[in-house]
Amino acid sequence: MSEIRASSVTTSGAPQPTSPTGAADREFTVKERSQLQQAFRRFLRHRLAVLSLVLFILIVLLAFVGPLIWKYKYTDITPDNSQPPSPAHPFGTDSLGHDWFAQVLRGLQQSVKVALCIAIVASTLGVVWGGVSGYYRGISDSVLMRLADLILTIPAIALAAALGNIGGGTWWMIALVLGGLSAPLVARAVRGVVLSLREQEFVEAARALGASDRWIILRHLVPNAFAVVIVYATLLVATGILSETALSFIGFGVHPPDTSLGLLIYQAQSAVQTRPWLFYFPGLFIILIALTVNFIGDGLRDAFDPRQTRQRR
Amino acid sequence: MLAYVIRRIFVSIPILIGSTILVFIMVKFSGDPLEGLKMRNPPPPRQTILNEEHRLRLDKPVWEQYWLWLKGLVLHGDFGPSVHGNINIGHELGDRLFVTLRLVVLSVLIALIFAVITGVVSAVKQYSATDYSFTFLGFLFLAMPSFWFAILLKSAGIAYNQATGTEAFFTIGEKSVLLTDDSGWGQFKDIAGHMVLPTISLALISYAAWSRFQRASMLEVLNSDYVRLARAKGLRSRQVLVRHALRTALIPLTTVTALDIAALLGGAVITEMVFQWHGLGDYLLRSIRDHDAYAMMGWLLVSAIIVIVFNLIADLLYSVLDPRIRYE
Amino acid sequence: MTAESNIQLDRRSADGDAVLEVENLTVEFPTEDGVVQAVRGVSYRLAPGEAMGIVGESGSGKSVTSMAVMGLLPKTAKITGSVRFRGEELLGRSENGFAEIRGKKIAMIFQDPLTSLNPVYTVGRQIAEAILAHNDVSKKVANDRAVELLATVGIPFPEQRVNNYPHEMSGGMRQRVVIAIAMANDPDVIIADEPTTALDVTVQAQVLEALEAARAATGAALVLITHDLGVIAGHADRICVMYAGKLVEKGTVDEVFYEPRMPYTLGLLGSLPRLDEAGRERLTPIVGSPPSLMHLPPGCPFTPRCPLAQPICEEREPDLYGTDQPGHVAACHFHERLVGVTPGQLFRPTSADTGSVAPANLETQQ
Repeated sequence: MSEIRASSVTTSGAPQPTSPTGAADREFTVKERSQLQQAFRRFLRHRLAVLSLVLFILIVLLAFVGPLIWKYKYTDITPDNSQPPSPAHPFGTDSLGHDWFAQVLRGLQQSVKVALCIAIVASTLGVVWGGVSGYYRGISDSVLMRLADLILTIPAIALAAALGNIGGGTWWMIALVLGGLSAPLVARAVRGVVLSLREQEFVEAARALGASDRWIILRHLVPNAFAVVIVYATLLVATGILSETALSFIGFGVHPPDTSLGLLIYQAQSAVQTRPWLFYFPGLFIILIALTVNFIGDGLRDAFDPRQTRQRR
Repeated sequence: MLAYVIRRIFVSIPILIGSTILVFIMVKFSGDPLEGLKMRNPPPPRQTILNEEHRLRLDKPVWEQYWLWLKGLVLHGDFGPSVHGNINIGHELGDRLFVTLRLVVLSVLIALIFAVITGVVSAVKQYSATDYSFTFLGFLFLAMPSFWFAILLKSAGIAYNQATGTEAFFTIGEKSVLLTDDSGWGQFKDIAGHMVLPTISLALISYAAWSRFQRASMLEVLNSDYVRLARAKGLRSRQVLVRHALRTALIPLTTVTALDIAALLGGAVITEMVFQWHGLGDYLLRSIRDHDAYAMMGWLLVSAIIVIVFNLIADLLYSVLDPRIRYE
Repeated sequence: MTAESNIQLDRRSADGDAVLEVENLTVEFPTEDGVVQAVRGVSYRLAPGEAMGIVGESGSGKSVTSMAVMGLLPKTAKITGSVRFRGEELLGRSENGFAEIRGKKIAMIFQDPLTSLNPVYTVGRQIAEAILAHNDVSKKVANDRAVELLATVGIPFPEQRVNNYPHEMSGGMRQRVVIAIAMANDPDVIIADEPTTALDVTVQAQVLEALEAARAATGAALVLITHDLGVIAGHADRICVMYAGKLVEKGTVDEVFYEPRMPYTLGLLGSLPRLDEAGRERLTPIVGSPPSLMHLPPGCPFTPRCPLAQPICEEREPDLYGTDQPGHVAACHFHERLVGVTPGQLFRPTSADTGSVAPANLETQQ
């Protein structure tokens, strides 16, 4: 097996360790681009991931465009109450007469918005956190990593619930808190990548040539950590939507009169048997988002790690 | 080994102090414990508010409040005053601890057993129909909101009870309020019966993640040189699988399990809410709603200790499983 | 077909039954990018007690060939041809069917001693396990035998070392433990896959010594896979040279070393540093890299790197042609032209900076 792998690597023209000359950086950027292109090609071959990506984009479109075109607003109260799904109300209505489709669209919008922001906040913060920790090591590393350990010792949902009170339940505050609490996970991963890259020849060569920290971080570390971060950021969207909805479910996330998929499920929990449509639709959307995002993440991981792809089949 | 355990416990103390300071500051920002009292109609006399402020140590600077809390805890085992004057936080936590702990521990065990079985089967039969089914289920469970699944299980239990006219599944509370058979066996049966559905729903998410992990870990070991050598020695496939592959593939799972304990405690909050258990999670939600600062601190301390203890157990287990790790 | 008749003429195997016969073995791996043809029709016979070396670059299929013999390839591999142990067909056996042969009749030593042993068991237990797999003896007996075996492969204080975990031993020690495991059941064939490659030069000789000790104790035939011609020279009777999944030259050590008839073999010899008088000549590298085994062109796979390449080389892949010596075969259309040619005459003794491969003036040399 190892021989086959080795031969295919040499034939696919894998980049040799770059030589410590001016050409090194040229070669490096070329390598980076072709790696991205290769990753993209491999991703496209992952059918489930591509299908998931399409589906996920459709869901996001539905969340943001849907409420603009749908005939009911989520605040509208229609004369029909407790109706099962019908052409007029595809997801039925609740006991007050809310059109459940409009409710789910609004909930979807809020939940997707929060989930995406969690991913952005957590990966940005995590990259800086882990990058500084891994690159400078020493005392700042110890302090930052102990802080990460500390946050990870406390159940995130509990901290988020306690802190959710501060912002009064606005969606961006929830995203900020949950994103901040997820950041240590990204930080640990990024730190690991940076620590191992630090020891690689091309970084040592660059340092020997007098390259500044800034240059090394921007030209060498960031592109190489990119794969890890992008995979983490994707998976964080999935955990993000699950934690936001859970938080809203236990009453410390999005508050009425606004709504989120978690809140909708909370309101529908007593109606599982009598009006099941109220309970199932929001849940299905959460599952759909988390599922597609996980598949996309899986496809990305395979795309960036050709060694794993080769073992497929 | 014992020296190692003692050292680990000492190292944990700064972590505990650090996390309590962190949370104390956050709790102070999260709301006014006397909000409920001040909003009361008709408004309570000013002296009552001042008395409450004094009882809750709100008239002192924040750092002094923390110091008093820490001193009371270490010297007298006192968790501090609750906003509900008649409730002792320490007793409350103690009563609820074992309710939550038995849920969490059993869930961990069940999740581990099923994760190892399906992970190993998936890896051995890689890319077979069985593997694909387990993989799909794993992804599905991973994507499923725990509260949604818990409600689904609960309503399925209720539906089954209604359909059969029995009480096969208990869906509310951690035990019956009025028990006809209060012998030891009767109590045990009652508690066990109440645990079935909550345990399954809490175990599910960890199961999904761990079975994926176990599959990957097993695959890596199956492709390792030493498994190849074990086969080259002429060992039967069963011996290779159990003695060489599984034995080694279990090692990394201990670390992952320990890392997930905090998330499981968080999951328990949701499970307890759905099944209306009176455990730690329920107490936490109430404390947050009431801005009961010292109760929240108490909850945090207990859960942090649980996490640290589980991590210590995992580390010790690791050293037993892997001879390369020895703690002096 | 000439190849087959030549094998029959092989001096050692002509007068006795072969212990291991590999016939027209092919191994293919389907991947997402296409089919990798790792081994393409390899045949050889191994006489009892004989030592045969297989040389080639990584990716030439030498390891895959031996893994196929042991039935250790992943299930996705498509294997055709025949592998016979004392006339008994091995291919197509079940995993447990193979298990009866493995370790007992054919044992294998792998490249990396650091990863070959299970980190969680003592070396003694891992040796005893091999004994217990094929013999109905008590654990005590197996353990005593493990101590003996450790002594045979030259591990000092075997009574204590038997209770060590692999991580408590050096790489050379661990490889000797692997050799002890291989000889535990007195096998008829030992396949050593790059047994010294991962080790320090200073330790290599000791490990090869241990390997010789194992052979002496068991009388097993040896298949020694390596890319190091120096190792082959001292430890093998015959050599098979592999390139791009095929045998390209086969003969005794002297024939292949002193009268190579395939340009690739010459290239390998030319890139080998030597200490004798030939060592004064400059090293001659083979320019270029081995071909992808995914989409092989029709002709001789060495053509792009070969200084002798002619149009016919791109059209037709050469068979193994017989040479002036019985049993010495080479897969080159122009093997006759290579009589008496040295690597320095065929390959340019330069560093890799010349991109082109210019043929040396061979016509006048002859």
